Amino acid sequence: MKQSAVNGKVPISLVINKVRHELDVEPWVTLLDLVREQLQCTGTKKGCDQGQCGACTVLIDGQRINSCLVLAVTRDGAEITTIEGLADGADLHPLQTAFIEHDAFQCGYCTPGQICSAAGLLREGRAHTRAEIREYMSGNLCRCGAYTNIADAIEDVLRQRVSTKEAAE
Amino acid sequence: MNRFEYVRPDTVAHAVKALADRDARALAGGTNLVDLMKYEVTRPSRVVDINHLPLRQIEPAPDGGLTIGALVTNSELAWDPRITKRYPLLASAILAGASPQLRNAATTGGNLLQRTRCYYFYDPSTACNKREPGSGCSAIGGVNRIHAILGASDGCIAVHPSDMCVALAALEAVVNVEGKDGKRSIPFSAFHRLPGSEPQHDNTMLQGELITSITLPASDFGSNHTYLKVRDRLSYAFALVSVAAALKLEGGEIRTARVALGGVAHKPWRDPDAEQALSNSPGAP
Amino acid sequence: MSSAEMLHVGRPISRVDGRLKVTGQAKYAAEYPAADLLHGCVVSSTIAAGRIIRLHTDRARAMPGVVEIFTHENSGKAARQDEDWRDDIAPPGHPLRPLHSDRIQFDGQPIALVIAESVEAARDAAALVRAECAIEPHCTQLEAKRSQAYVPPEKRSGIPPPSDPRGEPEQAFAQAPIKFSREYRVHAEHHNPMEMFASTCVFEPGGKLTIYDKTQGSQNVQSYVASVFGLKPANVRVINHYVGGAFGSGLRPQPQLFLAVMASLALKRSVRVALTRTQMFYLGYRPDTFHTVSLASDHQGTLLSIMHDAVAETSQYEDYQEALVNWSGLMYRCDNVKLSYQLAKLNKATPCDMRAPGAANGVTVLECAMDELAHELDIDPLELRKLNFASMDGNTGKQFTSKALDACYREGAAAFGWSGRRREPRAMRDGHELIGWGVSTGTWEAFLQTASARARLTDDCKLEVSTAASDIGPGTWTILTQIGADALGLPLEAVSARIGDSTLPASPVEGGSWTAASNGSAVQAACEAVKHTLFKRAQRMANSPLADASFEHIEVKSGGIGRKDDPRRSLSIAEVMHAADLTEIVEDGQASADPEQAKRYVSYTNSAVFAEVRVDEELGIVRVARIVCATAAGRILNPKTARSQILGGVVMGIGMALHEEAMIDHRLGKIMNHNFAEYHVPAHADVDDIEVIFVDEHDDKVSPLGVKGLGEIGIVGTAAAVANAIFHATGKRVRDFPITIDKLLAA
Repeated sequence: MKQSAVNGKVPISLVINKVRHELDVEPWVTLLDLVREQLQCTGTKKGCDQGQCGACTVLIDGQRINSCLVLAVTRDGAEITTIEGLADGADLHPLQTAFIEHDAFQCGYCTPGQICSAAGLLREGRAHTRAEIREYMSGNLCRCGAYTNIADAIEDVLRQRVSTKEAAE
Repeated sequence: MNRFEYVRPDTVAHAVKALADRDARALAGGTNLVDLMKYEVTRPSRVVDINHLPLRQIEPAPDGGLTIGALVTNSELAWDPRITKRYPLLASAILAGASPQLRNAATTGGNLLQRTRCYYFYDPSTACNKREPGSGCSAIGGVNRIHAILGASDGCIAVHPSDMCVALAALEAVVNVEGKDGKRSIPFSAFHRLPGSEPQHDNTMLQGELITSITLPASDFGSNHTYLKVRDRLSYAFALVSVAAALKLEGGEIRTARVALGGVAHKPWRDPDAEQALSNSPGAP
Repeated sequence: MSSAEMLHVGRPISRVDGRLKVTGQAKYAAEYPAADLLHGCVVSSTIAAGRIIRLHTDRARAMPGVVEIFTHENSGKAARQDEDWRDDIAPPGHPLRPLHSDRIQFDGQPIALVIAESVEAARDAAALVRAECAIEPHCTQLEAKRSQAYVPPEKRSGIPPPSDPRGEPEQAFAQAPIKFSREYRVHAEHHNPMEMFASTCVFEPGGKLTIYDKTQGSQNVQSYVASVFGLKPANVRVINHYVGGAFGSGLRPQPQLFLAVMASLALKRSVRVALTRTQMFYLGYRPDTFHTVSLASDHQGTLLSIMHDAVAETSQYEDYQEALVNWSGLMYRCDNVKLSYQLAKLNKATPCDMRAPGAANGVTVLECAMDELAHELDIDPLELRKLNFASMDGNTGKQFTSKALDACYREGAAAFGWSGRRREPRAMRDGHELIGWGVSTGTWEAFLQTASARARLTDDCKLEVSTAASDIGPGTWTILTQIGADALGLPLEAVSARIGDSTLPASPVEGGSWTAASNGSAVQAACEAVKHTLFKRAQRMANSPLADASFEHIEVKSGGIGRKDDPRRSLSIAEVMHAADLTEIVEDGQASADPEQAKRYVSYTNSAVFAEVRVDEELGIVRVARIVCATAAGRILNPKTARSQILGGVVMGIGMALHEEAMIDHRLGKIMNHNFAEYHVPAHADVDDIEVIFVDEHDDKVSPLGVKGLGEIGIVGTAAAVANAIFHATGKRVRDFPITIDKLLAA
């Protein structure tokens, strides 16, 4: 049974954007604050710190999750992908390209969360229509109101994927 | 968030032992407990991380139903083929709640234990009998358009916020818990409670008990069901009111009806009068 | 610049900062690192009025990692005069001085600041500070103070008071055959930009400060910090490269700025103070307003009298003012008009301009009243608006520099299919849903503010344009790049913009939809000055092919300067600069309004908004199925980012119509729904089909670029169009915004 040491810290291991980190973390540190404040990975945003806006969405073992409600110690051993880890080197992820093309953001603050959430949505494979995209993206608020363009961008990538898949079959 | 001791047991027995402390809290997905800790509503002395317990299975139950491990996430449950086929009411209720991100983290056990969204409960500067027994209820006479219309007491008008539990109430699930005195099973209707004079207690679990699983009875309502939720925006909002309704039909007549309401009371509200009125009736208006 | 010379302006260029934003590299105020950075967390008052007797900080101080706790007893020296605390945008009154005294004037007022070595220690220690207070009576309810409302004795700079009455409005009303007075209310709304307010104050040896602040005006913050703390402006640099939305909330310096700087100066270390989402609700907000709108017409619908009286809330310490009722005197032609605007003091923070301040709420109620009049008259609501079209500003008697509102009506109606509308309510249905179509006019003033810019052209044909503008999301980085590229005939890749830094040429705060027109025109002027210098240098060259050319005859493009009529007679930019022994040419440019023109003309952006709603008859659930927003805004610099601005305004308008409302427990004087779970802003599911149309509008007077601005217009009219559509669907008129399910079912 693992537990916090006298100094309160817990040794954990996380793979973040394909890099392994061995860390001593206080148990009251959220995954969001760990990446932003301790690892200086500020692409993941804090929009409410209460699990209500989705700006902090990251992929944990491939699943989209609000990192503000995750105590980092509870994800010992997990693989985490943040917005900084989505592109393949200089090549942007298709969602990143589509977000630029469709002007799917204005201030850009919710954008990393929207994109990570959309990456999770694509992986889940449950959104097939525009209405489903809208429903399954509803955990990501955008105060600039870029929703129409975000749905366009995701629909675009979804269609590319379907046609690539059909071509492969 | 207060300073606390963190423990991560590997077995249910260890977890139960760690939870014996009065101010210990079990932490699974964290989607509610971490939030409550940030608001300083809950200040546990010890946090028992139960994520490493072997409670992630969905398995057939002996009587033909399904047993769902407490750590099965809301997403896993909603999209499991056995659920979508046999208990689609449950799937649609789960998907009506929260967001995909939250459902990916939130667990079955945690959903049962999520606490009210009463504004005052979340604001430690106000009086709240649920948060601080004996302090009073600020919601009575205050901002309370989202509060209870059934089963409230003089001391609390908070409502249970879960969508999933409304379906579980209609389906008559059973909650399996384990504590220092062993295992027991609690019928869903007896799991959550009305506030009465002790609104600090949301449910009938005993100090130190842990939810290990829930069991769905074999008798399903796969064909005729609906989960209807009314809320202030079209998604990602708590219910103003919701209804889980399930029917068994025979020859075009309603044989059995189950009706449960959400967002209206301190617990998912079964409505036996409505069920009786519908049962053995022709159904169509 | 003529359209023919514009290769980039007017085209749907993708944002130049797009890549930084989609990869998480764009940095916001709380994201800049600093050596030995300390973190601050604000402790807020939990009472609405009273005095602090004692702050118990012992438990907080005992938390490991806590460095200092600031309260009114140790907040250090700051300016004494209100004057020194008044920023460029401040309304009349006594600006809030955080931690200044024991006096509490609103719930959520900052009363202490905990400084610690980590975010967690600051956050968790702040929760342990307990305030012992003497509670005094408070009032947060506008209804209760309505009878004590007053006309603000001192006017807020830049905000026109209601115009004087014209004609005989009361008499005309009394004599008119068709008339009514209606009461409306638009509840308080909160900006809630996604990025929470934060300031990172980097303390440099010698006392220089670099402050990364969430603000809409780096120079406004710079002068505020300098005057409040008695610092030399040169020792205060403010940077706001990226701003995660603001919608007006970043126009004024917010308390975390003062607190971060105060702590930094006291501790001689770098300090970051970030607010929580809950604390965001104690900053400014769109004020709660009551309106009485009285309309009278003849039987054909010609307006005979318009009276609009409004009461708005403000704080105990400042008289916040916005142009709330003025619209009712200028949107339609009417000879008899009376407008009034009063304030009532409550125990709340001072309101703060929120997207289309005064218009988003004031126009909404007028446009609902127009819909009521059309229903009363049994004529088409769009026809009623056309019938009363104002071809001049009735408030001032001045002409419009342009007004293509008729094209908005026409093109919007065609795109929407308005002609297929059945006039009577409840006439359209699809299954269990009632369908309604509503329309509204929108308007917003088009401003040109004084702004400066610098252009730097280097001998390798790279151009940098700079101005201390801010880009809170509209796309300022991008349009300034486009303007620079066209001004000197360069490809976009050769142009870089620099904004978001107080050391750059003077700029007003970004607000009021004036940035594109003002800073854009300044950039254009600076580039024109560079072109002029280049031309002069080229002429001085030996055997210059441009020796006999005049400036009007030359063009700069493709890295050269030459005659328009004879491209063979040209020189490369590099050879001109080298001949003059230069590696760069740097020039400044300015834009400002022409006072002579302002005597005769006014400028407004106009729009027509059409909405279709679907209302579940039994459950009262409203879906906004589609919106068509047709806008006349002069020249559109970038149709892609311009469309996004309208989309965003429309979405916020949907929020105003259906969702957004601060719910206050008046017994406690507290906002109760102070989070995103219970203060609902539209989510993805709430936003369906939105079509944006820009009608052609040529305006050579509004600004040198012919641009009017787009930040506000999208929200104006949207809420009214939705409300009017709900009436058309259901036959129910809800005059209390937002129109929530309970109100609709009870109506």
